[in-house]
Order: sequence, then C-alpha cells, then structure tokens
Amino acid sequence: MGLLERFRESRFSKMIFKIFGKNHAKIGIYGPPNVGKTTLANRILRDWTGDIMGSVSEVPHETRRAKWKNNIRIDNGGSSLTMDLVDTPGIATKIDFKEFMNMYGMTKDDSRVRAKEATEGVIEAIRWLDDIDGVVLVMDATQDPFTQVNVTIIGNLEARNLPILIAANKIDAENASPATLKSAFPQHPVIPISALTGYNTENLYSMMIKEFGKKRHKQRR
Amino acid sequence: MVKKDSGITFNLISHQKLEHYSSAEKLKYILNEVKEGRILVLEHGLTPTEQAQLIEHTMKEINHDTFIGIEIGGYENEKIGFFQRVFGVAKKPRMTVIGPAHLLRMVHKDNDMIETTIIPGKGAN
Ligand SMILES: Nc1nc2c(ncn2[C@@H]2O[C@H](COP(=O)(O)OP(=O)(O)OP(=O)(O)O)[C@@H](O)[C@H]2O)c(=O)[nH]1
Ligand SMILES: [Mg+2]
Repeated sequence: MGLLERFRESRFSKMIFKIFGKNHAKIGIYGPPNVGKTTLANRILRDWTGDIMGSVSEVPHETRRAKWKNNIRIDNGGSSLTMDLVDTPGIATKIDFKEFMNMYGMTKDDSRVRAKEATEGVIEAIRWLDDIDGVVLVMDATQDPFTQVNVTIIGNLEARNLPILIAANKIDAENASPATLKSAFPQHPVIPISALTGYNTENLYSMMIKEFGKKRHKQRR
Repeated sequence: MVKKDSGITFNLISHQKLEHYSSAEKLKYILNEVKEGRILVLEHGLTPTEQAQLIEHTMKEINHDTFIGIEIGGYENEKIGFFQRVFGVAKKPRMTVIGPAHLLRMVHKDNDMIETTIIPGKGAN
C-alpha cells in the first residue's frame, strides 16, 4: 500500500473528511412497506444519473435487501448536493405470510420465503439508521400517517439531531390527503409528491439540497 | 398463544415496574408477555432506540405459525423546554400500548388518543 492510500485509509483522514466533506451525505429512503420508496429512488436516479435502483411492486416487502448508489449529484441551478442514496426495505412491526397468499395469490411456499426475507430486511433497514446522515421518510398520503414505524424512525433521527424530510407520496391518487400529514408532523418539512408521475419532485430536490447540505453536529445513538 | 378459555389479558404497567430494568431486560419482558398473548399498556413508553430494538427483536421472533409480530402505538417523547434540556432533564417517553398482532389492531391515533380493537374471533371468545 502506497503512502497516499495509507493516508486515505487512516482514521485521521476519515476525520478530516467528516469535518470538511459534509456536502457528501449518506441519505436513506425510509418508511413502511409499499409507500413508494423504490419508486422514488428510481425517479431520483432516472432524473440525475439515468440508472435504476430496484424493482417495484404492489405486493408489500418487495425490497428485502438495502440497495444503494454512490455519488449522485443533484442541483437546482444555484446549489448542489452529492449523496450516497440508500433504498431500504419497508419497516413493519408484523409480517404475516398469509397476507401474501390471501391478498396477492402467492403460493404458500413463496409467501413463507418472502415473509422470512422480509423480517431480515426490516432488521437491515433498522441497522442502516446508525450509518445515515439524513432521511427522506416516505409516507402514503392516502393512508393514516400515525403508524408506529413513522414515529420510531422520526424519534431515532431526532435523538441524533439528523435532518428528516417527509415525502407525502401518491399525491396523484384521488383520496390523497397531504394536509393530514402536514398537521400530523408539524416539526418537519412535508413535501407532497408523486413518485409515480414526478409531480413536485423538483421541490423535493431543492429541499434535499437545503436540508441535507447543512452542516450539523451528528450524534451517535 | 392465548388459551381459548382464558380470555384476553390486559396489563397496565406502571413506570415503577420497569424503571429498574435495563433496556435489554425491559424489551425481553415486553416481548415475552406479548408472545404469551397479553396486551400491555405502559405508563411510560419506550425511547426511540428501544422502539427500534423492539422491532428488531420482534422480527427475529416471528414464527409464521405462532407469532406474526406486534402491534404497537405510542407517543413521541414529551417535548421539553430549553432550560430543562440545559439542566439535563431527560425526555420521558409517553404512554404506549403493545400487543400481539394477531389480537390487537390499531384503529386510529391522534395527538391525544390511541384507538385499538381486539380482532374478532381470535381468542376473544
Ligand atoms: N398512485 C401512485 N402509486 C404509487 C406511487 N409511488 C408508488 N406507487 C405504487 O405503490 C406500490 C409500491 O411501490 P414501491 O416503490 O415498490 O414501494 P416501496 O415503498 O419501495 O415498497 P417495499 O419495497 O415493499 O417496502 C407500487 O404499486 C407503485 O406503483 C405514486 O406516487 N402514486
Ligand atoms: Mg421498495
């Protein structure tokens, strides 16, 4: 290993990057299952890199391993943000394989495998929380926002003084109610979007640059 | 799982009962009770870290024929003022209800009230 590489690997240089390299943030897309996290991740990548993150499905727990892409640069004409983006498995407090059978017509074997992998995905998503500098918390604006999963994610980020943006997704749907989400979480910015159609995503990008580009004192939990 | 003839048990747990437990002991106690089919109402809920750990432990315990996970509803930490924070007053997590997901369902929650139902036909008779 050359001297330069050795320096790059050293704790000292990591410390320097931590202090000065803060415009490079690791951003997690979080939320309950099926709210549109991967759809949003794909939208962000399509808009800024031409890549895709992963597969999307109407069946919950489609994403069962975290996926990420590094060095995504987004800008809004004035300022920019370079980030590593992580698409996480939906976090749930219960997983019933019978739901996959009864509601989505999957076979018993497939349902059990999916459920088992889903439990592992939830654990992975929670572990990633320790490693992240900011979160886009995706919620389904057609549903009741007060789920424990949202409360737990927000609580963990707040305890470490890390920024949260709430994406009130599926705003294109007829019964979407972004106002409910706004009144439910007054302490964080709520941005109504449609990850599916791209509606209002420029606004989300601007907020990401603003909120995730800031220097903060990160606290380990 | 709950026995057919024993009805459904609700335990209201004062903060004194849990305050001497470590986080790990607390979570173990809660998860054991819930796996036994009991519904718990905690006077003081769990910190965000404990909530995340409880979800993690729950995922490890899921056994698709006997335990499908938990239903949990609680409130965020009490907001504390600037001076309290300066003087190191800890945030107190507020009331929380936790039960087995095959029995307990969250109906609605707002800033002042948590509404739950017992899933009919599942041990209620
Ligand atoms: N109407 C509408 N549907 C959407 C939108 N975004 C996502 N969906 C749909 O919601 C479903 C779930 O989308 P995903 O992107 O797979 O959701 P996810 O949050 O990644 O789900 P998991 O990986 O299972 O946790 C799919 O059927 C999507 O087409 C949206 O903005 N509007
Ligand atoms: Mg997904």
